[in-house]
Amino acid sequence: MLAVLIYKLILVFAILGISLVVAMYSTYAERKVAAFMQDRLGPNRAGPFGLLQPLADGVKMFMKEEIIPSVSNQTLFIIGPCIAMTTSLMTSAVIPWSSDLSINGTSYPLQVTDVNIGILYLFGVVSIGVYGIMIGGWASNNKFSLLGALRASSQMISYEIAMGLAIIALVMMTGTLSLREIVEQQPGGHWNILYQPIGFIIFIVCAFAECNRTPFDLAECETELVGGYHTEYSSMKLGFYLFAEYVNMFISSAIISTLYFGGYNFPFMHELGLSPNMLALLGGLVFFAKIFFFIFFFMWIRWTIPRFRYDQLMNLGWKGLLPIALGNIALTGLVMWLTGKIN
Amino acid sequence: MLTQYLFYFLSFLAIFSALLVVFSKNPVQSVLSLIVTFFAIAGHYVLLNAQFLAAVHVIVYAGAIMVLFLFVIMLLNLNEDSEPQKPGWIKFAATITGGLLMVVMIAALRSAAEMPAPQKVDASIGMIKNLGHVLFTDFALPFEISSLLFLVAMVGAVMLGKKEIHNP
Amino acid sequence: MQLSGKSIVVSKKEMSFLEKLYLPAILGGLRITLKHLFRKKATINYPEEKRPFSPIYRGMHVLKRDEHGAERCTACGLCAVSCPAEAISMEAAERKPGEEKSFREEKYAAVYEINMLRCIFCGLCEEACPKEAIFLTDRITPSDFQRNSFVYGKDKLVEPVDADKRVDVTKRQSTAVLDFKTNTKLAHNK
Repeated sequence: MLAVLIYKLILVFAILGISLVVAMYSTYAERKVAAFMQDRLGPNRAGPFGLLQPLADGVKMFMKEEIIPSVSNQTLFIIGPCIAMTTSLMTSAVIPWSSDLSINGTSYPLQVTDVNIGILYLFGVVSIGVYGIMIGGWASNNKFSLLGALRASSQMISYEIAMGLAIIALVMMTGTLSLREIVEQQPGGHWNILYQPIGFIIFIVCAFAECNRTPFDLAECETELVGGYHTEYSSMKLGFYLFAEYVNMFISSAIISTLYFGGYNFPFMHELGLSPNMLALLGGLVFFAKIFFFIFFFMWIRWTIPRFRYDQLMNLGWKGLLPIALGNIALTGLVMWLTGKIN
Repeated sequence: MLTQYLFYFLSFLAIFSALLVVFSKNPVQSVLSLIVTFFAIAGHYVLLNAQFLAAVHVIVYAGAIMVLFLFVIMLLNLNEDSEPQKPGWIKFAATITGGLLMVVMIAALRSAAEMPAPQKVDASIGMIKNLGHVLFTDFALPFEISSLLFLVAMVGAVMLGKKEIHNP
Repeated sequence: MQLSGKSIVVSKKEMSFLEKLYLPAILGGLRITLKHLFRKKATINYPEEKRPFSPIYRGMHVLKRDEHGAERCTACGLCAVSCPAEAISMEAAERKPGEEKSFREEKYAAVYEINMLRCIFCGLCEEACPKEAIFLTDRITPSDFQRNSFVYGKDKLVEPVDADKRVDVTKRQSTAVLDFKTNTKLAHNK
C-alpha cells in the first residue's frame, strides 16, 4: 500500500515536472517556429540557440511588479489564474504515458490513475477550466477583460458540444471510456484515425477552440480587446495564464495522440521482438514524439491562419461542426451495423 | 474509515457553501459558492461509487449551467446596490413557504428515523456499463421520454430566441 | 475612376462546397508556411554580423583634418545654411598666432554642433562645404537615453590627429564627386 502510494507520488511529480518543462519550452518553440515561418531567426541570445530563453522569461515574470487593481475583486482576482493553472495540470492524471513497466515481478503502470470514465473526467476538468478565465476577467473590473472572458467562455462551451459528439462516435466504436483501454485497442498501426477521420478533424478543430489558440484566439484578440481577459494581470499571475495555455496545448496534444493516433503504440512494435520493458520505454518515446508533432501542428496553424470573426466562429461551431458531428455518429452507427458489430 | 471522514468533510463543505449561496450579498459569490456545492455533491457521488453520475454532474451543472448563470450576472453587472427592495407581502409569502418546507422536512426526517437499515447493494451499480444497461433495458421508455422533453425544451428556446418577423 | 489600373473587382459569389470546408485553403496555407520554415533567414545578427554598407552610405558626420593634422573647417557657415533640418550651428573664432598647426585657415569653428535628432542625413552639408571639411561616414550614431547627448560637439565630430586613427572618406571622394566639385563647366563652379 505504502509502496504504491510512494510510486504514485513519484509518478505525479514526474508528470507535473514534465508538463511544466514541456510547457516552458513550448514558449521557446513557439517563438522559434513563428520566427522561422516568417524568415527570421527568433530568440538566440540567451544560451546556445537561445535555449535559456524560457528561464530568462520566467525570471522576468517573477521580477515584474505585481499590480492588483484597487477596484477589482481581490480574492477572485487571485483565484482566477490559480484555477486556470490547476485545471490545465489536472487533466494529465488520466493519460496513459506508456505500457506497464515491470521491475522484479511487480508491474508499474505509467498512468496516474485508470478511471473507467477517463474521457468524462477530461470533459469535466475542461469545463471547469472556463471558470479560471471567467473569474479572472470579471474580477479585473475592466470592460476589455469582461468581454474577453465572455468571448472565451461562450466559445469554450459551444465547442465542447461538438467535441463531445465527435468523441461519442469514437466511444461507440471502442465501447469504453477508459483511455487506457482505448489505447490498447489500437495495437501496432491500427490507429483510430483510420476509422474516425471526420471525428478527428472535428476533434482537433474543437481542441484549437478549447485551448483558445489561433484561429480561435478571439478571447485575447489584441486589435479589439487589448489583452482580453488578462489585460489587468501582471507579473506571475499573467505568467500563470500564459503558462496554462501552453500546458493545455501539451495536454490536448497528448489526448489527440491517445484517442486517434494510438498513444504509445507504433507500427511493427510486436515484430521487433523487444522485451516488454524496452517496449514500454520505446512506446513512451514514440508517444512524446507524437505529442511534440501535435504541439508543432498547433504552432504551425497559429502562424498560418488568421483569426476568425466572432459570428463566423459561432457559425462554424453550431451550424458547421455540430451537424457534421451528429452525422458522423449516425454514419459510425450505420457502418457498425452493416459490419455486424451491433445488431 | 477514510471514506467516513471524507463523507463528513464533503457534507460540511456542501452545507457550508450552500449557506454561503443564500447569505452572501454578492451574486457572483453566490454562484461560485453554488459551484462549490455541486463539487461537494459530485464528491458524494464518487463515494457512492457512481463515477459516471459524478462526472456528468460536474460537466452539466458546474461546467455548463453555472457558466450560463455567471454569464447573465456578469453581463447585467448585478451588485448589492441594484438589488430591489422586496415588498412586504412577498416577505410574508416567503416566510410561510419556508415554514411549510420545514414542516415537510421534519416529517420526512421523522419517518427516516424509522427506516430499516440500508440493504447491501451491488457496489458496481453506478459503473457506466451497468448504468447504460439499465437505462436501455428497464428504463428505456422514461429515458426516451426525457430525451423528447429535452428536444421540446430546445425547440422552445430556439423559438424564444428567434427574432420575430413582422409582416408589413 | 481608375487611378492605377491595378484595381480588382471583388466578386462576392457563393463559395463552392470545397471552399466552404476551408480545408483545402488551410492545407495550401500550411504548405506555404512549411516552405518558409526551411528557407534562408533574412535576419542579420547585428553586433557580430554587419550589413554591408553602400560605399556612399550617409551615416555620422566627421570633421576632417588636412594631411598635417590641422582642422579644415573655416566656419563659413555654408553647411548650416544648406542644412534643410537646421541641425548645424557654429561659432567662428580667429586663429591666434602659433595655432597654425591646429587650424588650416585664419578663421575656424570654435564651436561646431550638429543635433543628431534633427539631422536627416541628407548630405547637403557635405555638398555645400567648399573646404572638403565635413563628410558623412559609414559610422552609425549610437542611441542614448538623454536628448542632450545627441547634440554632437567638436569632441565627437573632429577626427583624431593620429594618422592611423583618421576616418577614411576616400570612397566618398570618388572622382565623380571631385569632378562635380571642381569642374568649371558646371554652373555651380563658375
